[in-house]
Amino acid sequence: MSDDAIVRIEGVTKTFAGNVTVVDRVDLRVGRGEFFALLGPSGCGKTTLLRMIAGFELPTDGRIVIDGEDMSTTPPNQRPINMVFQSYAVFPHMTVAKNVAYGLKVEGVAEAEIGPRVEEVLNLVKLKGYGARLPNQLSGGQRQRVALARALVKRPKVLLLDEPLSALDAKLREAMQLELVRLQHAVGITFIIVTHDQKEALSMADRIAVMESGKIRQLDTPERLYEYPSNRFVADFIGKMNLFEGKVVTREGARLLVDVTGLGRISVPHEDDIAVSIGVAVRPEKISLYRARPADSAITLQGIVTNLAYLGESLQIFLETESGNQLIISQTNVSRSGSGAPRKGENLWCSWQAADTLLLQD
Amino acid sequence: MESWRRSPKTFLALGLPPTAWLLLFFLIPIGIVWAFSFGEKVGIVDIDITGTFANYDRAFEAVYLQIMVKSLIMAGLTTLVCIAVGFPVAFLITFAPARWKPWLLLLIILPFWTNLLIRTYAMIAVLRTNNGFLNMGLEAIWDAADAVTGLFGLAALGAFQPWDILYSDAAVLIGMVYVFLPFAVLPLYSTLERLDTNFLEASLDLGAGHLKTFFSIVVPLAGPGIASAVIITFIPALGSFLQPDLLGGTDSQLIANVIERQFLSANDWPFGGALSFLLMYITFIAIAARAFLTRPNERRGSLPA
Repeated sequence: MSDDAIVRIEGVTKTFAGNVTVVDRVDLRVGRGEFFALLGPSGCGKTTLLRMIAGFELPTDGRIVIDGEDMSTTPPNQRPINMVFQSYAVFPHMTVAKNVAYGLKVEGVAEAEIGPRVEEVLNLVKLKGYGARLPNQLSGGQRQRVALARALVKRPKVLLLDEPLSALDAKLREAMQLELVRLQHAVGITFIIVTHDQKEALSMADRIAVMESGKIRQLDTPERLYEYPSNRFVADFIGKMNLFEGKVVTREGARLLVDVTGLGRISVPHEDDIAVSIGVAVRPEKISLYRARPADSAITLQGIVTNLAYLGESLQIFLETESGNQLIISQTNVSRSGSGAPRKGENLWCSWQAADTLLLQD
Repeated sequence: MESWRRSPKTFLALGLPPTAWLLLFFLIPIGIVWAFSFGEKVGIVDIDITGTFANYDRAFEAVYLQIMVKSLIMAGLTTLVCIAVGFPVAFLITFAPARWKPWLLLLIILPFWTNLLIRTYAMIAVLRTNNGFLNMGLEAIWDAADAVTGLFGLAALGAFQPWDILYSDAAVLIGMVYVFLPFAVLPLYSTLERLDTNFLEASLDLGAGHLKTFFSIVVPLAGPGIASAVIITFIPALGSFLQPDLLGGTDSQLIANVIERQFLSANDWPFGGALSFLLMYITFIAIAARAFLTRPNERRGSLPA
């Protein structure tokens, strides 16, 4: 992928006001035509990183290479990159068509070419016939489409999206997620999206960089991030996770024997070397519940149901074990009859496969 | 306001004193002047309110009409220069580092701490022909230029001729711009301060330079602020009499000087009243024009001033 990278971030650091480091020696490669997400809690530096790619902030250290050219200090109006702002920033004093044409006009595109290109991109974002409207005559979702059209019409090498869906209501947000993926396939432009919403990132992106305190904690595909988080932060940030403290006792070939607090000794498949003190984790939906002790040799625990949360498509069961461990178990709502659903105060057995257990260091 | 109406006692306690003040010292006196404008002088101090329109007829005589037009032009020019100079100043303050802002704003309002009369007198010291600061500066430049041309063996520029600017319309204009500039800067600043910087970034992001962004994005979005600045500069400029009085020549008098003369030296209150009210009607038109220009329908995205 090294030659295929459209954006290369090399050791980029951003320090504000003398000593606040917001982005800390980040290395990153974004492939041509990729849908890439920067995911993290607020204040993790993802927006600052995006603004450095756009050129609104200059890195304190490191290089930003766009399509093979070092653009670390290139002003934003000379970068082959366009951005969709969180607030959309659609110019309120211009019609939709004028907003979209603005970038082409300043670029010096011939007047005869501007009209068709604006028309084409408005079709693409499903705003055909809205050209003469003013932004305040549009809904939030439509304004966002204008912001998208205005950026896409420039045919940038990279499109940056800063929390593009955060201002939309839940239903519209889901529709826009699909829409953005469709658009990205249609235009073939590299998208880099900043979001704090893990569902958004998981559903749209080809790859996700999870950031915390200015650093990338893990960079992987959505599936790998969910199934194989490489550290506690990512495990906890993406989805729900049951976490235990453990100590490695010994290695047995491709497996590790781990002493887990409140669980006893378990054998978990793990190839790589790992520290002695570790986190042992399992996703709530990997755990099965039983009224009687299950016969198989999987990891088994007994506990009392302390609480239940009905979420519609699933039921969350909060279990407290004899040793005081709290577990969340998620059961998919398969059938309406729902007979045999766990009740509060019930004593149940739960178990999961050793292969679904994760060992997390730091 | 709903809750105020539910406690009428508080409402009265807070509302009555200012209302009484305005009634007693603003509306009633202005009503008296309005009544006088339909009156006739019958003695040195006695005025009969006869309902005559003679004072208004007289106000439309060519000599007064000329002064009125000139006043409008001077006020218009003052406003134009104030906006042209004040906009970049307000823009720079808006984007100055946060810790400088209060000090820069202080510099803008600093002139208000000095009496207007003294400030206008100070302008005499700046503009006068002999030992005026302007002419001293010009002379220094002239001498330096003269020395340079001498160095290259060119013809000498000759003796410096001081600029006779004081007691002219130009001096009046300079004085008026000096006095009204803060009035233009402050509303412009308050509008630009609230301008979403994302609009500017979006413009840069789309490939526009800073100048293009300034004229295509900043200026249109600051429209309501500009309208406020225009009104707040134009109205007092139209009524200024100190600058023409102190800095102007014999032909520099504006409508406010004429009005002042009617009330003081000429002792013709009915005519002074009529002129005052004509001036006020022009002001009303200007305010109405502003309300029309900044009506909040199609320009919701731009900011209120």
